[in-house]
Amino acid sequence: MTLFEFSGCALIAFGPPMTMFFLTLADNPIFIIVMISSGFFWLLSLLVSSIIWTIVFPLKEILVFGVICSVIVQEIYRYLFYAILKKAQIGLQKVSDVGNRGHLYSISWSTLSYVSGFGFGIMSGAFSLVNVLADSTGPGTVGLYGDSPYFFISTSLITLALILLHTFWGIIFFDALDKKCRYKIGYVVVSHLAVSALTFFNQQQLYLASLIPCYLITVITASIAYQCAGGTLKSLKESLPFVSG
Amino acid sequence: MVNINQVDDDYSFLPEFAMMFITANFALYLLVLMSDPAGGQPKRKRSSNRNVNQVADEGISGVSPQRLVNNEAPAGEHDEAEGSSSPGSMNSAQRSIEEEELKYGASHVIKLFIPVSICMLIVVASIGSLQFYTKTNQYLLYTPFTDQKADTTTRVWHSFANAFIFLIVIVVMTFVLILLYTYRFYKVIYGWLVLSSSLLLFLFMFIYLSVVLQKYNLPVDYISVSIFIWNFGILGMICIHWKGPLIVQQAYLLVVSALMALVLIKYIPEWTVWVILAVISVWDLVAVLCPKGPLRILVETAQSRNESIFPSLIYSSAVTYFTGMADGGEKSALTNQEVDQNRPTQQDQNIREGQASSSSQSPSSTQPAQPEADIPPISFRGQDNLRPDLAGVDEFEEEERGVKLGLGDFIFYSVLVGKASSYGDWNTTLACFVSILIGLCLTLLLLAFFKKALPALPISIFFGLTFYFTTSQLVAPFCDRLAEQQIFI
Repeated sequence: MTLFEFSGCALIAFGPPMTMFFLTLADNPIFIIVMISSGFFWLLSLLVSSIIWTIVFPLKEILVFGVICSVIVQEIYRYLFYAILKKAQIGLQKVSDVGNRGHLYSISWSTLSYVSGFGFGIMSGAFSLVNVLADSTGPGTVGLYGDSPYFFISTSLITLALILLHTFWGIIFFDALDKKCRYKIGYVVVSHLAVSALTFFNQQQLYLASLIPCYLITVITASIAYQCAGGTLKSLKESLPFVSG
Repeated sequence: MVNINQVDDDYSFLPEFAMMFITANFALYLLVLMSDPAGGQPKRKRSSNRNVNQVADEGISGVSPQRLVNNEAPAGEHDEAEGSSSPGSMNSAQRSIEEEELKYGASHVIKLFIPVSICMLIVVASIGSLQFYTKTNQYLLYTPFTDQKADTTTRVWHSFANAFIFLIVIVVMTFVLILLYTYRFYKVIYGWLVLSSSLLLFLFMFIYLSVVLQKYNLPVDYISVSIFIWNFGILGMICIHWKGPLIVQQAYLLVVSALMALVLIKYIPEWTVWVILAVISVWDLVAVLCPKGPLRILVETAQSRNESIFPSLIYSSAVTYFTGMADGGEKSALTNQEVDQNRPTQQDQNIREGQASSSSQSPSSTQPAQPEADIPPISFRGQDNLRPDLAGVDEFEEEERGVKLGLGDFIFYSVLVGKASSYGDWNTTLACFVSILIGLCLTLLLLAFFKKALPALPISIFFGLTFYFTTSQLVAPFCDRLAEQQIFI
């Protein structure tokens, strides 16, 4: 039972991202490096926010403060990563060409934004889920003391939403910074805050109250990201396999 | 618990000096990240359309930088231009720096990421599932202060004392190795290496296997186990020290480093590990970068002798150690030469190279094959460039020039991650893992700029240690609070 729960939750949370990884990133080394670096930046942001959380000890019990800090720090680090990536872009192209046999990749800026958002997402998803998953293999099980039996599955569902959201936020954020579009930057920060705030419902075990809005936000963010990446309704229709002509 | 103690008892049949001898061998595993030395084999180009890139690519090895100067020349002129230049002259490397592009591309980074990750994964999985490697009641002889119940000050003092004794062992062993190498006691070195890797592959693999079997309660008779261990060990010895497919060799090197890392994690006292990691990376910095640093001397000696460093000490991402090792077409032509290959003196090297290229070329091109000490292996590449018909064949067989990472780096990375995972917090493990990879990435970036052997430990271990302590002390409480209330950030 615990093994089923473990693998099910792990696949719910990391199945779609793994598919994305293997389909889009795995064959290009430079993407893997960018992904790991952006994961590292997320790690740094987490480190900074936990330092803040630890230092400001009067507010230690109020998690809201820590969460808001953390969201803001994450967005700051996303900006820093954007700045670094922007500077390194030419170098990255060079590095990716060297030693690549046969086929050369051209690294477009929008792909890089996708990759860095994905790295952020994977890291944050991993950090919020790995320990929970490790606990899920037992011994023991959840729900004996009146806790919700849906603890694991809701955690992994929200983790999946967050991984996807981070990917979309990455695309929107980079695009917005390029075009100096403040609304979109604002949207990223606000929706990030909103998602984090929604997860406070989980304490009361109102999982639907957090899950449904989270996924709604994910869909909205996805469409904005699609539009930022240059997609239109027409291109969406054309890309669908079952639409002929 | 009974099982664990029993295995410990099984293990204690080893006298202490034997333990000391076996474990001291980790000191041999070099702590260096380097490009392939020019003593490596001649590179045949792999595809005709990437010809120029390839030449530029190869020309960047800091070891025979003269090639760079000739990059603009047509391929055919390379023989004369380069035939007269001597390999291993470091001073002309400076000249070449402006001319060149980055040598190490992203694919090289990934080629190191994957083995490092696999090695860490083996160690972390073993630590996580086998309690044997996290609990011990006996310690290494050269970490004598093992009182785990002393107060903090004493333990700190003890761990520093332990770490310095440990370091002294490593320094002494390294100097012995350098001395043996400088005075060409190759047989002694090879005997030593063969002994140590056979101990690892047979004995430690046997112990590992018995621990696994006990853990999962699998009864296996001694005959099957001995047959398995024998085959496993002999295959490993052949692949590591003699020849074999590159991927098998790499796999065995990973297994060796993982086993070594597990042993170190088990037998080094709790706090000492962290001090040792810090001290070792400082030592690595000194040994590789100081003008008289032992590892630097070793690398430079190897380069000036035009030979590659012992394959059992260093992981090579792409290049075969021996000409044509993984190359089916050349194998038959090379069989005679390869018999000599565990004695890679300079002459051997050159003969081999000569034969290697002549075997794939017309007989008229055998002129450079005479065992002259001053003919650089590169001179054959120009000839290869003249033969695009062969190049097409080689395109898929030939790997590009790779990077080399000492097994010691693998071991200590894995020790860090494994030790971090032994406390059961996966976030910390993950943080250490990512930070070590980032450190490795930065080191490779530096390698691309400086083009000489670099210490691979300091940046990675610094990041790893930083993230271990900060994550376990600061981030983990925060994350645990968030996770238990299911709040996502």
